[in-house]
Amino acid sequence: MSLDKEKIKHVAKLARISVDEAKVDSLTKDLNSIFKFIEQLNELNTEKVEPLTSILNQSLRSRKDEISDGKIREKILKNSPKENEEFFVVPKVVE
Amino acid sequence: MSKEKFNYFIKGDKGKYEVVIGLEVHAQVLSKSKLFSGSPTKFGAAPNNQVSLIDSAFPGMLPVINEECIKQAVRTGLGLNAKINNYSVFDRKNYFYADLPQGYQISQYKHPIVGEGKVLLDMPYGSKEIGIERLHLEQDAGKSIHDMDPSNTYVDLNRSGIALMEIVSKPDLRSPDEVNAYIKKLRSIMRYLGTCDGNMQEGSLRADVNVSVRKEGDKNFGTRCEIKNVNSIKFMQMAIEYEAARQVELIENGKEIDQETRLFDTKKNETRSMRSKEDAHDYRYFPDPDLLPLKLEQKLIDELKKSLPELPDKKKERFIKEYGLNAYEANVLVSEKEISDYYEEVAKLSDKKLAATWMMGDLFAMLNDKGLDISKSPISAKHFAELVQSIKSGEISGRIAKEVFEIMLETGDNPKKIIESKGLKQQSDPKKLEKMISEILSKNKDKVVQYKSGKDKLFGFFVGQVMKSSGGKANPQLTNEILKKLLKG
Repeated sequence: MSLDKEKIKHVAKLARISVDEAKVDSLTKDLNSIFKFIEQLNELNTEKVEPLTSILNQSLRSRKDEISDGKIREKILKNSPKENEEFFVVPKVVE
Repeated sequence: MSKEKFNYFIKGDKGKYEVVIGLEVHAQVLSKSKLFSGSPTKFGAAPNNQVSLIDSAFPGMLPVINEECIKQAVRTGLGLNAKINNYSVFDRKNYFYADLPQGYQISQYKHPIVGEGKVLLDMPYGSKEIGIERLHLEQDAGKSIHDMDPSNTYVDLNRSGIALMEIVSKPDLRSPDEVNAYIKKLRSIMRYLGTCDGNMQEGSLRADVNVSVRKEGDKNFGTRCEIKNVNSIKFMQMAIEYEAARQVELIENGKEIDQETRLFDTKKNETRSMRSKEDAHDYRYFPDPDLLPLKLEQKLIDELKKSLPELPDKKKERFIKEYGLNAYEANVLVSEKEISDYYEEVAKLSDKKLAATWMMGDLFAMLNDKGLDISKSPISAKHFAELVQSIKSGEISGRIAKEVFEIMLETGDNPKKIIESKGLKQQSDPKKLEKMISEILSKNKDKVVQYKSGKDKLFGFFVGQVMKSSGGKANPQLTNEILKKLLKG
């Protein structure tokens, strides 16, 4: 796999990262060399190897269906860009 | 019964087009708390009052899965005759939106909890099987409100993190009617199972609708468009009709259909492109590092399977066999669990067939009129059964029964009491009836002469007179017999 400049710009857009036009070239080069390194792993035959999801043999922890949280609106809304007693308020996003 | 033929095509200048539809239904899981946090899920709470630090994506928070949501998904999968996967994985689906504080939705991509299944639809042209591709668990997003302020969007995260089941159908649906039947069937199954309340007004059930068209007889699918987040069956049907016609027009004009995401504008009754969703399918899924794979023990699946209630298809079969109903009646009466419960209570105490007829007639009309669910019926199953029995035994006529029904509604009294206190019992004594009818005939001698000279229509007039003078209480069958006999003589 190799990345061209367009792909770099596209991924940056999806991730909402602004990339300086002047840096696109060097970024493309850097990322491609990282990918090249990762691609080496494909040389190994992993056909009979189960994917490793944890180095410990543990399974997904679950909880009972009980209400134990909520009612902390004041705390949570402290992160709203604009102040409001009930809602998060953000710039208009409707099209 | 003669069967209709399937006939839903879009007619273009260059031939007939078949419409191909697949649905992604989002069904809210019935649970007390959210999928990965202990916040409540109750509808209608004050904004942002049911939000935890996890739901609002504070740094360092870890999701812990709600075991009930897992069971609900398994139950639903079993209800859809689907394969339950012992191994499933939670992935992150990445996109940016104001009502998605994490910047990703925890969903299942490559390894869903439920695999292929099927749903049976009863259509006028026979039964049709709709394939289920998969069912997976995912988080709901918050709610954006755009009309409270001209320059800002308000966000309520109460819904954020509530468990959803996304049920993906195969592209097996071919008309708005089939979509209607499919959604109703899914809803019915989930309500029987108690896994989703199916309340579309409250958004517990909504769907993304995939539509494409192809010339009748074509084997290959056309390019599809996805209409996002439609929240009523009527709107789904309108959106499909509009979208199919739009695509046919493009094809006929030699244009290409862009595969894109569209929204349905309910005010203008049209679909239009959502340009902001251009990159929407570039979700960069990857396994959520906060969550280990979900391994289900076969024992748990088997236990859940054993505890499932009787589902609509089975119940329908039983109603036909046990109560002698026809397929149509059985279908209607099993459509909601509450309706079938009510019917069974009535059928236990009265004539089974007549009970079905009267329920589907007067009782449903009244409930519909008052906008009530059957669980809120002002007439109890016991009283309703008594009414049916009074008709069956000949104590009252069907016409009088309608009157009694109205009085039951007003007073809440039982029908026996009403029939007695109002003297509504049917006149079924042949001697008394004959006397009354003779009197009527002698009062209308001219009409009798006309009748005998061939004016058959006058028979109805005589019946009317008998009913009038008996206050509607004359036994109609007996009246007919006696009238015929006397008019012959």
